[in-house]
Amino acid sequence: MTIDPIPLFFLLGFFARLARSDLKIPGQLYEALSLFLLLAIGLKGGMELAKVPLGVIAPKAAITLALGVTIPLVAFPILFFLGRLPRADAASIAGHYGSVSAVTFAVALDFLRDRQMAFEAYAPLFLVLLEIPGIMVGILLARLGGGLGTIRWGELLHEVFLGKSVVLLVGGLLIGWLAHAKMASLEPFYFVGFKGALTLFLLEMGLVAAGQISSLKTSGPFLAAFAIVMPLISSLLGIGAAALMELSAGGALLLATLAASASYIAAPAAMRIAIPEANPALSICAALVITFPFNLLIGIPLYHYVITVLWK
Amino acid sequence: MAQLTPRHLVVLIAEEAIESRLTEDAMRLGAHGYSVCEVRGQGSRGVRSGEWEAAKTVRIEILCHEPVAQAIIDHVAAHYFRHYAVVAYVLEVGVLRGEKF
Repeated sequence: MTIDPIPLFFLLGFFARLARSDLKIPGQLYEALSLFLLLAIGLKGGMELAKVPLGVIAPKAAITLALGVTIPLVAFPILFFLGRLPRADAASIAGHYGSVSAVTFAVALDFLRDRQMAFEAYAPLFLVLLEIPGIMVGILLARLGGGLGTIRWGELLHEVFLGKSVVLLVGGLLIGWLAHAKMASLEPFYFVGFKGALTLFLLEMGLVAAGQISSLKTSGPFLAAFAIVMPLISSLLGIGAAALMELSAGGALLLATLAASASYIAAPAAMRIAIPEANPALSICAALVITFPFNLLIGIPLYHYVITVLWK
Repeated sequence: MAQLTPRHLVVLIAEEAIESRLTEDAMRLGAHGYSVCEVRGQGSRGVRSGEWEAAKTVRIEILCHEPVAQAIIDHVAAHYFRHYAVVAYVLEVGVLRGEKF
């Protein structure tokens, strides 16, 4: 049996922080790595997008958007009725799960490349399309109980559409798409170095996730269970959508992983502004401390197994 | 010898998510400027490590006249204390070139 190195970097950071090591990734390096990874993902997706006719992409994009809307609509009743969480918290957490984690996507990309499995190389488009709808649905779910008029739409749309991750992913997609014929000289920087940068980023995510572990005490057992069961449900929705889109097994794994992942960068920032009464510790605990490592260590191999069986 | 003019220094320590709101509000309430730096620490809302986006905290400093300082802290108390991690305090300080503030 061979072990993938990528999750081990996460575990190194995680256990280093638990053991109170003084290991720290400088904040500026974290920022630089996240910028690099998001741009590289966008660029690669854009280059591949240029090779596919719009008529092929459009229906797939529509199904992806529908997936992004569906996930929070499934998550919300579980949290609100079953978990009896306050509406604001249930809606905010549902929004986090509707949106996606680019790093989880990057790990799934690496998983496929390692196994030399074919996939739709324009898949970063799915990542971009799934970033926003979940957040918007989460906010609407919070405000449907009253207070729709209190939403400051201008500020909110600015935060959601011009947040760092969306700008870098969409910008990368556009640059890759427009300049796809002349990207060869950028390959060594963006694509050869990608995996190395990902390992450092995961080391940092391990440190951060372990640093938040005390939030498990306040979140309670229901949320902990939700953070494991919800990705399983969402991954099934993702697999269903992938079948509808007639994606390859590799493409299905990427979509299932995206569906299963929860946002811990774009969504928390938007939710702090749009649903201030929601407790941010709850969604961060679920998305980052439980769901992210779950997907990394168990989810991706599990979805891969299921898809391999189904796609035979 | 340079003359010190008495002014008020409003200090807001807040989660980064509301930095732009706070600075815009301060300017609208009559401040002439502000300085911001990133900080980290611990308070009633737990440790704010500053390690990643959602854990970032900023310290905003605003030099101004007393009525503006009062307006800013009243506004912050009314609009932000309930749901956000915010600490606010005011110091009396002496500044050079008081006409700037």
